[in-house]
Amino acid sequence: MAFPFFPPDDDPGPSFSELLRRSGLAPAVPTEKLEGVTHGTTVIAIRYADGVVMAGDRRATSGHLISHRTMEKVYPADRHSGVAIAGAAGPAMEMVKLFQLQLEHYEKVEGTELSLEGKANQLSAMVRGHLPAAMQGMAVVPLFAGYDLRRGGGRLFQYDVTGGRYEEADFATTGSGSLHAGTVIKIGYRQGMSREETLDLGIQALFQAADEDSATGGPDLVRGIYPTMATITAAGFVSVTDDEIATRFRGLLDRLATTESTATVGDTPSMARGDRS
Amino acid sequence: MSMPFYVAPEQVMKDRADYARKGIARGRSLTALTYADGILICAENSSNTLRKVSEIYDKIAFAGVGKYNEFDSLRIAGVRAADLKGYSYSREDVDARSLANQYAGILGNIFTHEMKPMEVEILVAEVGAEPDLDQLFHILYDGSVVDEKRYSVLGGEAEAIAERLASSWDGAADLRAALGSATSALSGPDRTLVPDDLEVALLTRGPGRRAFRRIEGPELEAALAT
Repeated sequence: MAFPFFPPDDDPGPSFSELLRRSGLAPAVPTEKLEGVTHGTTVIAIRYADGVVMAGDRRATSGHLISHRTMEKVYPADRHSGVAIAGAAGPAMEMVKLFQLQLEHYEKVEGTELSLEGKANQLSAMVRGHLPAAMQGMAVVPLFAGYDLRRGGGRLFQYDVTGGRYEEADFATTGSGSLHAGTVIKIGYRQGMSREETLDLGIQALFQAADEDSATGGPDLVRGIYPTMATITAAGFVSVTDDEIATRFRGLLDRLATTESTATVGDTPSMARGDRS
Repeated sequence: MSMPFYVAPEQVMKDRADYARKGIARGRSLTALTYADGILICAENSSNTLRKVSEIYDKIAFAGVGKYNEFDSLRIAGVRAADLKGYSYSREDVDARSLANQYAGILGNIFTHEMKPMEVEILVAEVGAEPDLDQLFHILYDGSVVDEKRYSVLGGEAEAIAERLASSWDGAADLRAALGSATSALSGPDRTLVPDDLEVALLTRGPGRRAFRRIEGPELEAALAT
């Protein structure tokens, strides 16, 4: 690898993807449609009083098969923002890696961080650049959320395959289970929710999405695999611990079990209660 | 056809070296010290926007003295080289030694082949898991690399500053003591440096990914207060 020392009239500037192109390391675009590419599914972002909660299930599928049970779909983009991915898993993870590098590279070269708006636009350009691959069955549709230090407060952005960028006020969802997850959040959402309420709402949304959509993974109590969640506030991107997520899921399951058993009294014997004695 | 005058290669090299040294001597000096919790880099710099000390990669920092635009373009090339290497291989594979060699290559090449040598001296510092693994690579305008231990001084007054450090710096002290030694060595006996004259940054030893951190404003004032 040659030392990347460019003359001033040929300088790639603070963009890492431009630098990759100059160095001949940019990935090639597929020319034919690929079948059976591994896909990741449902991710959500919800705004609350202190910032944004991001969450995603853990399942990756190839067609009707589950190809991976512990996929991570929520990543820190930098200190005060996060990115969550749905779509073709390989290109999506590559896009996250490049996006993280793009932000850090800009910060180091320029000596100052990009604005949150600037970061959202960078991701938009990356999704747009990915369009030829998306046409071959490898679409990547991310969510971007962060804490805007200049304005104060959480902000979230949703994208389409063409790189279209849509800022959402309250919440955003993407992936195959997004319709169900979005409906649950829409019904349960209030302005200025606390961290705990927002985490519970996110958990409920992912649970219901997994209940209706076969490509979305629910909590796996046997293996102890739960969706990943993170909060982004003025203090930065913080992953929610597995223990806390597990506890909140048990809370949700207990509540659901209680309502189910009262609803079925007088009907056929309920399997949920196990009252076959 | 006009013939260029013959000039002995020794004379050419000597002239270029003198030229580079004169350019470097015009600016202020800087020093880097390894201490218990990492590496301290302390520069005399009255500007708080045009930096002499910067982050290159997770555990690696860059510092330069001399002509600003020249060492800044070297800094950016270093960031690019490190990010490209980390992207192609792994973040763990990026190291200061390889980067220092690349810098030496480019500086040596410019010194021998270009009209004008770069009027810079640079430092590539990497903090290790243990104090013994800290690395300080001091690279001169002609591409010579020096692997230094405990401390490194760059700039026109390097010899005098290094002498003062040799007598005052024992290597195991905490940040406050390290900063005290660095500033008194930079200033010499006849001056005192105030926080506004200094640019201070740390590479902190520890499990965090990005070790580089600047110390400025109230934090610097508190660290310098005796």
